[in-house]
Amino acid sequence: MSTEIVNTDIKIKLLDLFQENLSVIKNDSPDYINKIREKAIELFSKLGFPDKKNENYKYTDVKKEFDNGYKTYLSPKNIKFEIKDIFSCDVPDLNTKVILLLNGWFYDRENLLQELPGGAIIGSLQKAMEVYPELVERHFAKYADMEKEGLVALNTAFVKDGIFLYVPKGVVIEKPIQVINVLMDEEEGFTSHRNLYILEENSQASVVVCDHTLSAVNFLTNSVAEFFVGQNAHFDYSRIQNEHNGSKQISHLFFHQEKDSKVTNNTISLHGGVIRNNISVLLNGEGCENNTYGLYLTDKGQHIDNYIFIDHAKPNCISNQLFKGVLDDFATGAFNGKILVRKDAQKTQAYQANNNILLTDDADIKTRPQLEIYADDVKCSHGATVGQLDENAMFYMRARGIPKKEAKLLLMYAFAHEVIQKIKVPALKDRINDLVEKRLRGELSRCNSCQMHCCNT
Amino acid sequence: MLSIKNLHANIEGKEILKGINLEVKEGEVHAIMGPNGSGKSTLASVLAGRDMFTVTEGKVTYMGHNLFELSPEERASEGIFLGFQYPIEIPGVSMVNFMKTALNEQRKHKGLEPLSSSDFLKHMREKKELVELDTNLTNRSVNEGFSGGEKKRNEIFQMAMLEPKLAILDETDSGLDIDALRIVANGVNKLKSPHNASIVITHYQRLLDYIIPDYVHVLYDGKIIRSGGKELAFELEEKGYDWLKKGITV
Repeated sequence: MSTEIVNTDIKIKLLDLFQENLSVIKNDSPDYINKIREKAIELFSKLGFPDKKNENYKYTDVKKEFDNGYKTYLSPKNIKFEIKDIFSCDVPDLNTKVILLLNGWFYDRENLLQELPGGAIIGSLQKAMEVYPELVERHFAKYADMEKEGLVALNTAFVKDGIFLYVPKGVVIEKPIQVINVLMDEEEGFTSHRNLYILEENSQASVVVCDHTLSAVNFLTNSVAEFFVGQNAHFDYSRIQNEHNGSKQISHLFFHQEKDSKVTNNTISLHGGVIRNNISVLLNGEGCENNTYGLYLTDKGQHIDNYIFIDHAKPNCISNQLFKGVLDDFATGAFNGKILVRKDAQKTQAYQANNNILLTDDADIKTRPQLEIYADDVKCSHGATVGQLDENAMFYMRARGIPKKEAKLLLMYAFAHEVIQKIKVPALKDRINDLVEKRLRGELSRCNSCQMHCCNT
Repeated sequence: MLSIKNLHANIEGKEILKGINLEVKEGEVHAIMGPNGSGKSTLASVLAGRDMFTVTEGKVTYMGHNLFELSPEERASEGIFLGFQYPIEIPGVSMVNFMKTALNEQRKHKGLEPLSSSDFLKHMREKKELVELDTNLTNRSVNEGFSGGEKKRNEIFQMAMLEPKLAILDETDSGLDIDALRIVANGVNKLKSPHNASIVITHYQRLLDYIIPDYVHVLYDGKIIRSGGKELAFELEEKGYDWLKKGITV
């Protein structure tokens, strides 16, 4: 079912929505989840929305995005379609396992949990809560900190469905898993999917997430994903954000890494009206490696805000952050990267860089690298640049006969390349290369993968 | 081919070129020599179309075109090649992609079909041998991490690839050891034909042991103060520039 939000203050509206639909919300959820839900709604009531006084949200007013009268999806909407009829993936030939979420709900309702080789499980989180209570209870809401963040509490209070991935001890999933988040409806909608990824000791997996809008109406997403990456486990997580400019997306990723684990996370933002990515990493054992990379290409009135927090809680860990962006027209953005090195985290190596190119005088980026170091034997660096395209390089190319427009493209592409080459899955890297090139050429329509051509207007 | 008449140019109001006259015909090699700050590199940049310089007076005709009506890329496609004194590093753009784009854009300008990948690679292999360019270099980003000598050799390689009508080599020899110099000069000599011409800008007479110029010009304080045959270069080597400076009233 869906519910219209009609009221005055948006926080009150959401609290009312929760109370009025309590039975629907709680229905189908086990008690242990509903207990967390109760706590979450209390916390949301207390914390509310982060406003601009909150240092971490200084450059993005998220509250106003919620004040929209969008409908919410408290149960799965029954839209029948053959995915291949309306959607040809932007990342084909990956030889992947493809999983679909529609407006935050696991799409294949007949097949809610699927077994992968080696006993791994992929499927609906809602179903997993029921079938694997022990496993879900051990990890659910353990890494996503709702005490500090009202939006995480809000997501947790309304938690229904999303992706569940479980990779047991020692299992290696060779094929990448592709998750396609599709937003599609005739009416404007507010989605808040919840995702849980559990990788046990010595396991390995790689996941590609593509966010798409398939109808022209406005959408808002407030999603949370939790990742438990066990001892010596390896996990690659790439996201391609390619929603239309009427969409607003707030996502919260929480990575919990155990000893000797390795995580590489790429966030490629190609299109979207307002994008706020929160990425929190806890390095909870020695010998961890974390690579958090991002690329954002924005134009027109788009707004992108990446907030990264890397918590070096244990010694001998390495973290690398590289975020690069090209902002055109009057696009705005922010980058906030915080590295915390705790007292005992000796021999930490933590690096961070944020480089931006502004193509016009109206484009704007605020970049704030922050280091907080309490250990005394560490190697840390951070740096941020905001610049224009290199005039010398432009002239060099033109002097070889390359027209100005093409030279500009080559330079932007070269700038972006540093992030793309860090993508591990070769086929995905090639595909993203193409997508980025198309995006820079302005040929990547937000709907080029969609056969419905609904938003060509 | 190229006719420069009374060329004046300045940068941020400071006049650098103060009335240059020069005629270059097909098949000729011209050397331009002169002390630091005399305007040699400015002349090269103005001919290639660098917009940081403002041309205030004079006329340059190239192959029947008013040169100043052509953009840098049009000049390149019409056959002007500038060998940079300080080649630019472009991280992330591979040499192969760079050359392929340049070559095919120039072909497009001439109304020709782009080269197929195999033809392009064949062409590249031939030219690489000509300048003895390490294969690994073409797999890297443009000039990135190249040594000084590799960068200069890469300029000659690009020249060989693009087969220009008029090559302007801006101090391609400076910073090269004798082996690199020989390779660079050898490349230039092999590319010489009755239909193209070169302007070799140099500080040192030693390059002219390998590239024999038809004419030598001395540029000083924005003007060509002396022109002559190749023997002028030897004279300069012997006496320096001072005896020429004395000859003009400052």
